[in-house]
Amino acid sequence: MAKTLFEKLWDAHVVAQEPDSPAVLYIDLHLVHEVTSPQAFEGLRKRGIKVRRPDKTFGTLDHGIPTHDRSLPILDEMAARQIAIMEQNCADQGIQLYGLKTGADKQGIVHVIGPELGLTQPGMTIVCGDSHTATHGAFGALGFGIGTSEVEMVLSTQCLLQRKPETCNVQVNGTLKKGVTAKDIILGIIAKYGVGGGTGMVYEYTGDAIRAMTMEERMTICNMSIEGGSRAGMIAPDETTYNFVAGREFAPKGAAWDKKLAWWKTLPSDDGATYDATYSLDADVLEPMITYGTNPGMGMHITDRVPDPAKIGDLSQRKALEKALAYMDLTPNQPLLGHKVDVVFIGSCTNSRMSDLRQAAEMLKGRKVSPNVRVMVVPGSAQIKKQAEREGLDTIFKEAGAEWREAGCSMCIAMNGDQLQQGQYAVSTSNRNFEGRQGKGGRTFLASPLTAAATAIAGVVADARSMVN
Amino acid sequence: MSNFTSLTSKIVPLNAENVDTDQIIPARFLKVTDKLGLGEQLFCDWRYNADGSPKPEFILNKPEMKGRQVLLAGDNFGCGSSREHAPWALAGYGFRAVISTSFADIFRNNSLKNGLLPIIVDKDTHAQLFSLAEEDPNTSVSVDLATQTLSLPDGRAVRFPIDSFSKTCLLNGVDEIGYVLGMREQIEAYEAR
Ligand code: SF4
Repeated sequence: MAKTLFEKLWDAHVVAQEPDSPAVLYIDLHLVHEVTSPQAFEGLRKRGIKVRRPDKTFGTLDHGIPTHDRSLPILDEMAARQIAIMEQNCADQGIQLYGLKTGADKQGIVHVIGPELGLTQPGMTIVCGDSHTATHGAFGALGFGIGTSEVEMVLSTQCLLQRKPETCNVQVNGTLKKGVTAKDIILGIIAKYGVGGGTGMVYEYTGDAIRAMTMEERMTICNMSIEGGSRAGMIAPDETTYNFVAGREFAPKGAAWDKKLAWWKTLPSDDGATYDATYSLDADVLEPMITYGTNPGMGMHITDRVPDPAKIGDLSQRKALEKALAYMDLTPNQPLLGHKVDVVFIGSCTNSRMSDLRQAAEMLKGRKVSPNVRVMVVPGSAQIKKQAEREGLDTIFKEAGAEWREAGCSMCIAMNGDQLQQGQYAVSTSNRNFEGRQGKGGRTFLASPLTAAATAIAGVVADARSMVN
Repeated sequence: MSNFTSLTSKIVPLNAENVDTDQIIPARFLKVTDKLGLGEQLFCDWRYNADGSPKPEFILNKPEMKGRQVLLAGDNFGCGSSREHAPWALAGYGFRAVISTSFADIFRNNSLKNGLLPIIVDKDTHAQLFSLAEEDPNTSVSVDLATQTLSLPDGRAVRFPIDSFSKTCLLNGVDEIGYVLGMREQIEAYEAR
């Protein structure tokens, strides 16, 4: 029978399936960070058991660590304690940690370093106590976020109890116009199908626009699957994928590579495979996207005007929009172009890779950021930071008046002191614009790195297409 | 794992769609290394002013809401981050069940593992519950997991879905990790493939 990419991966990982029970699914790669794991390690200690496969478990410090000078002590006592516990847990259990003291040269945001180190490979099941694990699906892997109880289960058994989700074919065809990016595609999909559109489903992104993309662009798309309600987003592997993985530290080598490659090539969905649903987005007509509200589905073309709740028939949707606009202090029908901004944040597991930084740097080169705006550039990993510095991007950012920081989640989640102040507006390349996500009372416009860089220069929300260098 | 059989409680109506886990428990409270005490910070930024005083208009701060165990929430409750701190905070506050038209997948899984029952009802029942709560703030419902029924004040009983495995685990307080640990042979056989 013709199978989808998802079905092939699912079938290949079922360890046991009892009637009326969820499948016991084998996990090939378990990524762990400091925030969602301490209670899970504690659970193992209470049971008196060790991590079953420390060789398939990798840790990083990303959410809570400062992104300023790393030689300074961490002032936040609770964050420092959480980090110390993570270091201890990894040491006790023989888990490789990319942190401050060990593996610091490869530390970074969990979803950035997995692919960078070659840990992320096609055909794998990958989990992490983090909803953006969907990112890894860009490689034709099944990656999804889990809760801490499930982290404990995977640490204990290398398996997870899972009910089989449905599948949705998300077709993206056409050619992006200049100045329109992968970020705009995923924001477009979420705006069209809503933040709950993918609940209970796994997205597979297909179509020629996806095929034409680099791995970094594919990661940006899969990363935000969860913002559309889908726990996992996948893209079938192809030559672009294999070329990216080949030669990386943990990628198979020699005969092992050949064997894996032969299997990976069987993974793409078969002709005639069926999905439970089909969604689509036309890349030809897409414009740069920006969000105006308090969930990632409240997005529009950057040249559009903020929608009017009075024109929405559904009562609860109208109320939701009214509430969002009140929080954002926006009025119906106003344009966002030209709206004041206090902070520009370029970073996060959505857009902190080399191509994102290069795009932003190209825009900022020889220009100055507006004196009214704080601009933070936070690379996704220590290796990206180093590479960017080799290319002189750090100099471009600094000369333009932007902050060039150490790798981490930073203002995406505002746990480490990098945060918006009450009432401030940010254009952010991250993935969530929930109330208070980037700091209590802060207001977030999600957009692409191009839009972020253009806004940094203009000091107000700006359309990058009008200022291309 | 905590179990769930049945309960009767007045409801707390929270009429907002797409309530994300950042609202349920803001990220700055995720620096804890245990599961306890998060109930205090549940819905923190909706519940408290900057100086820490309660916002009187927020539903949880109305004196009559104290001690209620059922939250009636809008569609797609629990979206966003995978933080299990969200059900820890809800359960820590004292909620045992949440009623909505749909739940985000990870939140739903996390809740089931913490004795917090996500109850999915159809749109009409959902709307009816909200209007009942508006007419009579002391509206109460009964939940019985064994028969998968939610009983409304008018005597109507609505059946809600739950997969049989989760139901058995909740009813009997089954330790799911213990269950999978018991499959060692199968796991080893898989690893040997
Ligand atoms: S960058 Fe943001 S979304 Fe990504 S893992 Fe970190 S906190 Fe989560």
